[in-house]
Amino acid sequence: MSIEQQLIALLTIPALGAVFIGVMGRLHPNLREAATFITAVMLASVAWSLASAVSHGARGEIVLSQLNAALSIKLHIEPLGALFATLAASLWIVNSLYSVGYMRGNKEKHQTRFYIFFAISIAAAMGVALAGNLFTLFLFYELLTLSTYPLVTHKGDQATIKSARIYLGILMGTSITLFLPAVIWVSMLNGGEFTLGGTLQGKVDGPTAGLLLALFTFGIGKAAVMPIHRWLPAAMVAPTPVSALLHAVAVVKAGVFSITKIILYIFGADWLFSLNTTQWLVWISAFTIISASVVALRQTNLKRLLAYSTIGQLSYVVMATAILKPMAEIGAALHMVAHAFGKITLFFAAGAIYVASKKIDITELAGIAKRMPITMTAFTIGALSMIGVPPTGGFVSKWYILAGAFEADNFLAIFTIITSTALNATYFLPIIYVAWFMPETVAPKKEHGEAPLAMVIALSITALLALGFFFYNAPVLDLERQLVEVMQ
Amino acid sequence: MLSHLPILQVVVPMLMAPLVLLIQPARLAWALTLATSAMAFAIAINLVQLTTSDGPMLYPIGGWEAPYGIELQVDGLSALFLLIVSGASTFVLLAGYQSLISEIKESKLNWFFGAWLLALAGLLGIAVSGDAFNIFVFMEIASLASYVLIAGGPNRQALPAVFKYLIMGTIGATFYLIGIGLIYIMTGTLNMSDIATKLPSVVDQTPILVAAGFISIGLALKAAIFPMHAWLPNTYCFAPNMVTAFLAACSTKIAIYVLLRVDFTLFQSSLIGHLIQFKIFLIPLACMAILAGAYMAMRDTLAKKIFAWSSVGQVGYIILGAALVSHSGLTAAFLHSFNHALAKGTIFIGIGLLALQAKSGELSSFAGLGRRHPLAAIAITIAGLSLVGIPGTAGFLSKWLLIQAVFEQPNGVIALLAIVLVSSLMSVVYLARFLETLFFPPAPAGSEPTLPLGATTILVLLALSSIYFGLAPALPMELATQAADTLLGYGK
Repeated sequence: MSIEQQLIALLTIPALGAVFIGVMGRLHPNLREAATFITAVMLASVAWSLASAVSHGARGEIVLSQLNAALSIKLHIEPLGALFATLAASLWIVNSLYSVGYMRGNKEKHQTRFYIFFAISIAAAMGVALAGNLFTLFLFYELLTLSTYPLVTHKGDQATIKSARIYLGILMGTSITLFLPAVIWVSMLNGGEFTLGGTLQGKVDGPTAGLLLALFTFGIGKAAVMPIHRWLPAAMVAPTPVSALLHAVAVVKAGVFSITKIILYIFGADWLFSLNTTQWLVWISAFTIISASVVALRQTNLKRLLAYSTIGQLSYVVMATAILKPMAEIGAALHMVAHAFGKITLFFAAGAIYVASKKIDITELAGIAKRMPITMTAFTIGALSMIGVPPTGGFVSKWYILAGAFEADNFLAIFTIITSTALNATYFLPIIYVAWFMPETVAPKKEHGEAPLAMVIALSITALLALGFFFYNAPVLDLERQLVEVMQ
Repeated sequence: MLSHLPILQVVVPMLMAPLVLLIQPARLAWALTLATSAMAFAIAINLVQLTTSDGPMLYPIGGWEAPYGIELQVDGLSALFLLIVSGASTFVLLAGYQSLISEIKESKLNWFFGAWLLALAGLLGIAVSGDAFNIFVFMEIASLASYVLIAGGPNRQALPAVFKYLIMGTIGATFYLIGIGLIYIMTGTLNMSDIATKLPSVVDQTPILVAAGFISIGLALKAAIFPMHAWLPNTYCFAPNMVTAFLAACSTKIAIYVLLRVDFTLFQSSLIGHLIQFKIFLIPLACMAILAGAYMAMRDTLAKKIFAWSSVGQVGYIILGAALVSHSGLTAAFLHSFNHALAKGTIFIGIGLLALQAKSGELSSFAGLGRRHPLAAIAITIAGLSLVGIPGTAGFLSKWLLIQAVFEQPNGVIALLAIVLVSSLMSVVYLARFLETLFFPPAPAGSEPTLPLGATTILVLLALSSIYFGLAPALPMELATQAADTLLGYGK
């Protein structure tokens, strides 16, 4: 397939997959799950082949629809998008395996609807990854918000609807009032085209660039930079596979991906570095990292704790991007991957614990490792990766971000990384300690061992990925080096 | 033959109206009305093609040349509105049979359809007329017929609503007539292009200025521009469902059409200071309409009234775009007229279908109906998203263009931008409230007859076309650009 065909395939496979899943769902649940798998595997294989082509320097773009002289729906491929697409597509396979175990183990209703909207969400995430201009990016960004809404409200009870209002309200509110005007403004300045190195230089002055950057940063609510973060804990009412893939990988990474892409491809990192009106981004993301960790310290609900941890980790990516030095940009890309592997493992473990024991609170987890050793091993690996302990993927990305911070003499970033590492350890290590070494305090409602096999396999795979990324990350590095070739 | 299309556009529905009165089985009357409306739609499509390829068409009635005879005039601007009006009527009739027979006594249906065709003929006549007085005549035909349509339903609350509409509509039409009269006194002609050429040479401009005031306010009343909207919410709310769908899609828009046509053709080029006056008068009203409409929509508890209030706000968007008096603003306004007609028509048809199973018009009677009838509810959802302006739907493009036009303004950008964006958010709220009621409560117990299949299909197709025109908007975009060209062309 040519690059253009692959671009279209990445968008259409999950979209048609949703239809396929819907048809199969009428016949038999097993066929439906098979359909999800087939779709996910096809998608991932296309994404991999595209990413490998990109790492050899291939590029391509295709205009899907020309709306008027100035507006078009356009896809293109570049290293950052290739990475994000491949990451989301590959983890979808594992997540589908996990979903089968979770949804059946938990006897959830409306499973077909769940798988359909999941596939549509993935299609929207692909669109975000491949967007060739700001207009297209905004289109798929909004589609992603809407297509995840039925997943967040899956349970359909009053509490869920209330949380979903926060979810939709914050994400749509920020995207309509901040992101959209910024998109239109930039589109009028330079057509909204993505060009590595940026095209805004000379078109706007420093303060305006700072304002635009603010509109983008806070308008892209999915990146959960404080104070636009409240939607993420609210989204935790969704079934765990949704929290795992969408609210730890696809949706939130779509947010930080968009910010990174706009900084590199619209503003241009070197130009932003030379301005003094954009430094606040490091400050606000540093603030988010520290305060999210402090809030996480006080959480007792496991999924909410993980949500606040995600908020902090997302701002790592934003901060790394905002350092505006080559090493840090590579670190930002690496951290998207490392955090994805680690956090999806943690959510998988949380969901496995819930399905097996119905426990959702960390105070109830004492001694649970004796019943669920594999799950808790995976949890431990995930947590260590969050803290950044070698040999886990989290160490590699933090290393690069730190290197970038030194390169820029950005002591604020260095201080933040060190402090937050300590804080992460403070909220994760007690959970691990209590789970492994303390006797059980809260008896489970019924005796249980590990969660269903499908879930155990899934979380083992992602835990191994989190470990493996420490040893084998060369392809990602090769891919993302191309991003910083133009930088000084 | 083709050169006679402008007159056929009006004559066909007008002559069919008395004929329909004589047809007895309601179904046959409906079929005939539908066929007539479809014919008008086909003529409108033809006219759109002709004006796009050959430019404006002038049609002197009876061969009497203007300015002595009556002239019909179809250009890019009128073609767009002909398409909206005839399309709305056709699709509403197509989807509305079951809803209509459930609401209107069968013995009265042929009268009802007669009135429908008269309303259609009147609305179309306004758009083809090149004569300021004839516009008034057609406006009266359309209004009188729509009073009958609105009052024709089973809901007694429609009577006070329609009485209010009648009073205000008459005041509006009278104001328009006074304005035209003043112009006639000063120029001695009623033909629009003739007035346009004679106005600049009128020595005493004061009566013209007064005329402009009367005409603007009179049409603002008809177009339900805030704060002259008071007749609209109850009228839409208590009219038979399909009448609401028809009128919501096109009746206020045709008043906007006249307002813009008269304003741009007659006054903008000749009246000194009128441009500023137009902007200063209309922009604040548009802003208030946008905010007040969305706010009231958020608060109301009657399903149809929510979207009636939303219409007040959406009219505000159209007026805002037009009042910016720039090419991009006008294009946005016309594109939004088209998109809003499509979306609002779809929503009201959808509500009408669901209302076949709802006990009352209260929002709470619609609880859970979306679970029972997912297709209809999804169609409403899609049209609603277009109303909000979610990317990928038609409504997004018009909002994008509107914001672009706002950006091009020399001043007041931030205030206008804030109003457009905040009101979009408010529309998310009222839409979400409606959809939450449709989807989340358990499906109502008891009888569960299915919705008419044909009507549901039409509804879904209409909803999908909102997406189609969001992704491939070549047709409405061209029409809107052409309409904007037409209006601005008069100034030169």
